[in-house]
Amino acid sequence: MLFRVLSKKEFRKFVGLLLADTEVIAPKQIGVSTDGKPIHQYLPVQAFGEIDLEYETTEYPAKTYFLPYRENLSICSFDEDDWTREIHYRLQPRVLLGLHACDINALLKLDKVLAGDRYPSPYYISRRRNTFIIGIDHDPCEGGFCQSVGADVVTHGFDLYLTDLGDRYFIAINSDRGFNALKLVAAKEPTKRDNNDYLKVRSRIASQFEPLEMHNLPNLLDIEFESDVWKRWSEKCMSCGSCSMVCPTCYCYGTTERISMNNEQGAKIKQLYSCNFLDFAAVAGGHNFRADRETRLKYRYYHQHRGFMEAYEEPLCVGCYRCGRACLAGINPPDIIRDLQTEHQE
Amino acid sequence: MTRLFYPYDITRESEMEQPLDFNRRSRLKHVDRAFKSEIINIIQLTDMEKLFQVRILDDADRARFSFLPGQFVMVEVPGYGEIPISISSSPSHRGYIELCIRRAGVVTSILHKAKRGAHVGLRGPFGTHFPIGKMQGNHILLIAGGLGLAPLRAPIFDVIENRSNFKEVHILYGTRQPSMLLFNYQYEEWNRIADINLQVIVEEGDASWTGPVGMITQLLDEVAIEPLETYAIICGPPVMFKFVCAHLQNEGIPMDRMFVSLERRMHCGMGKCCRCNIGSTYTCLSGPVFDYWTVMNLKEAI
Repeated sequence: MLFRVLSKKEFRKFVGLLLADTEVIAPKQIGVSTDGKPIHQYLPVQAFGEIDLEYETTEYPAKTYFLPYRENLSICSFDEDDWTREIHYRLQPRVLLGLHACDINALLKLDKVLAGDRYPSPYYISRRRNTFIIGIDHDPCEGGFCQSVGADVVTHGFDLYLTDLGDRYFIAINSDRGFNALKLVAAKEPTKRDNNDYLKVRSRIASQFEPLEMHNLPNLLDIEFESDVWKRWSEKCMSCGSCSMVCPTCYCYGTTERISMNNEQGAKIKQLYSCNFLDFAAVAGGHNFRADRETRLKYRYYHQHRGFMEAYEEPLCVGCYRCGRACLAGINPPDIIRDLQTEHQE
Repeated sequence: MTRLFYPYDITRESEMEQPLDFNRRSRLKHVDRAFKSEIINIIQLTDMEKLFQVRILDDADRARFSFLPGQFVMVEVPGYGEIPISISSSPSHRGYIELCIRRAGVVTSILHKAKRGAHVGLRGPFGTHFPIGKMQGNHILLIAGGLGLAPLRAPIFDVIENRSNFKEVHILYGTRQPSMLLFNYQYEEWNRIADINLQVIVEEGDASWTGPVGMITQLLDEVAIEPLETYAIICGPPVMFKFVCAHLQNEGIPMDRMFVSLERRMHCGMGKCCRCNIGSTYTCLSGPVFDYWTVMNLKEAI
């Protein structure tokens, strides 16, 4: 990995150049919660002043810029008895500034499914390659357990990755377009002091995580398949699907087709879905393969921590805790995982 | 000032410019561009099921399209939706494919109203297939219950067309009532083929029914099975293949020599939408054809 150091003043100039060139998405404060905490969202920004790189987390992940909540897969034009189809992929370049390690890791996991070796998705790949990603290190967010799932550090999946050293940024470069972009400003080779300061910041961040025991979780999930833990937690679950909507790695979807009022056009629309929704596995004829919310809640965890593990040797979950924050019933992965472990010990 | 970022156009990738072929699953392609196809004939099978003969319109696409028995296609009626349907015709038949469709939901209902000549979209073929090649030199049991004859018909054709590769071939089919029997115009043809044993049973007979009455497992009692030289393909509702597989297991057939085809809700066919997950196994990628040992290991399969 190549590294550079950029003063904060030069960094501001750098962001100015990006803003002049293309659309920039960055964390922006959009309000204050009832307990006085700022609420941030990844949104398009017009000026450096709108960006808050000190943000703790966002309610929604950045996945919407790669997997929009709703997207037209194709447009159909009807003419008499026939139809023709058009497909468009998004190709406008975009900068996504300020992603934390967990969210970049989330993209790497999505890459495995959507840009891997089985039916790679042109919709996703087009957006992914047209997005210039600048990540940034941060102290652990409240509830976050990214370190326990190995998502607190990133080594690829971004163009530039910043670590705040007070008056300057230490920058890891992971692409030639990142390298070239930094040539526009006075980026310097890191000195010994820069390297030391960077390593110190990294250790400070790493030491602050509270570990969550994840050992042998896939097998534990199999053993506790019929566990009362699922019954207890599912009694609270309202099957609202908020957990999936705010999850940076949940990618499941449904498609519907709509016809315009004049019957001339139709669209095949993809909409992100949730495995907690009642009709997720319902089929024509009335049968529902997952009619109980207990089963649905359980399978969300199964996919995240067992199924994905089986396929890719890593969990799908990145430990961002957005689902825990969004859940109106207080359902969250650390508590469920701890519950499963104690259930096992009893 | 020179621009920092230039648009990357995925449609210019050489893989994307190549003709659409869903058999090349690792290639980048227009995954949502369906083959426009014409319904060339509609054959009423029962009150609930119709057989659609569908031909891909583009000559080159049609020539390129090939599938293996047990695979499925996504059938799209633009404006209504897209559904997974297993292919019911012979894999060696290249002009058109046959899709046996029960009227059950939104898309199938509109398909049942469709007239000859209507254009639908086809994507695929997708999924795993029955490993007929591996079954060579063995006895073959082809067992279907109800609508299960639709996916079983492709391997039936494949086995019949390569009859000399196999020892004894049994086709066993059961439905609830005689009026529900699919492809009944075809039984005589299959029966007249030397060395094919076709047996049909119904759970409730009617005045015109002269055949046996009972459960499908009853037909199995009359088949002498050499367990280590037999392969079985079972298509039907889970409750049916569960009983049949249990019976065959008692006869000593190893579970990895029995193959079933599973059905789930699907929105993509390509391992993306997750709707067909059994546990976390994609029915569209790892299935729909599974050997029974794998099915036993899928927690919510049966």
